[in-house]
Amino acid sequence: MFDDGTPIYRQIADQIKAEIMNGSLEPGGKVMSTNQYAAFYQINPATAQKAFRELVDEGILYKQRGVGMYVADDARDRLAADFRERFFERVLAPLVREARQAGIPLSDIIDYLRDQEGALR
Amino acid sequence: MSFTVNLRSVTLEYGAEPALADVDLDLEAGKIYGLLGRNGAGKTSLLSLLAAFRKPTSGEVLVGGEPVWENAPIVSRVALIREGGDFDDTETVKGTIESGQIRPSFDTDYAFALADRFEVPLKKRVNALSRGKRSVLAALCGLAARAELTMFDEVHLGMDAPTRDAFYKELLAEYMDRPHTVILSTHLIDEVANYLEEVVIVDKGRILRHADIETFQGMGATLTGPAAAVDALGLEPLAEQRLGGTKSITVAALDAAARERAAAAGIEVGPVGLQDLFIHLTAPQDRNGA
Repeated sequence: MFDDGTPIYRQIADQIKAEIMNGSLEPGGKVMSTNQYAAFYQINPATAQKAFRELVDEGILYKQRGVGMYVADDARDRLAADFRERFFERVLAPLVREARQAGIPLSDIIDYLRDQEGALR
Repeated sequence: MSFTVNLRSVTLEYGAEPALADVDLDLEAGKIYGLLGRNGAGKTSLLSLLAAFRKPTSGEVLVGGEPVWENAPIVSRVALIREGGDFDDTETVKGTIESGQIRPSFDTDYAFALADRFEVPLKKRVNALSRGKRSVLAALCGLAARAELTMFDEVHLGMDAPTRDAFYKELLAEYMDRPHTVILSTHLIDEVANYLEEVVIVDKGRILRHADIETFQGMGATLTGPAAAVDALGLEPLAEQRLGGTKSITVAALDAAARERAAAAGIEVGPVGLQDLFIHLTAPQDRNGA
């Protein structure tokens, strides 16, 4: 279930973010409880709690005392902005590095991307 | 209510050799702890003190804030489950489960439900059970004790993989249903790692490390790359391997600066699992001091 590179709580946080982005968690919607997450993934509830705490700190989730955790109304906008910000560093930087190692000139990559854009239209 | 654990300068000697030497340890209530250590490191000695099976040679052992030795009100709410279960071998499974009722909080219905689910035959005598079933009986008595401090000492021995999995699942469910302090002593480290909140490593009668699980999981790193580049980092490896011009080293700690230098040098940085880290931390040639 988890790859052991990143801490599990961060993987859970990332997964919740992905669910918000792909629409399976709606803004204003209720998130499963810490114990439900713990039982589902078979992890210590404190680990799930850490994921929630991180998301609350980032403004992605908010807590309603005694009721549960909810997705913030602007969560999707926040996440989209965050994704855009990290896109070049996360996706393009490794691409450029690998292309250099393989001896692929950047112009080839640019041509390829142009073709893709044509195909998408 | 769940129990805290405090050891203050605790020494336990059998004969001349101390099993535990001047140990200080504080465990908060209501967490699941992993107790790791090599054979003979002092895990069972430590647990025996907490269950008041043994009296410390010196120092103080507090459970729920009170000295645990000869303290019946506390001890009756502490459960130490050892491999094999410390049962009367000639008793039936049913009789063994019912004898758990000497504990005020023992949940007999739950114990029978678990026996049914794990297919432990009630009419059989304990000495007629397979090793695996006997371990299951011990484990289910531990769960049904509904204690405030529950300790499982290598209780998984003899259980097959699906049974261990079902046991961990039940342990987690019981813990979430009724938060209490749990200590799991095991050699199957990676198997239980996700269930733990904190880890205590015992080595040669001392506490080697005590930290939350994320600290351990983020602690070590493996670095793999061209041998010259790896050497140029100037890190102190716990272990190293070479394959042609490629070198891989394991380090106990890697700070952000070193991580950056490694990435810049084209060195691949990978995680170290808790079990591997444990192996390196407790390997005799790698220990400094002590």
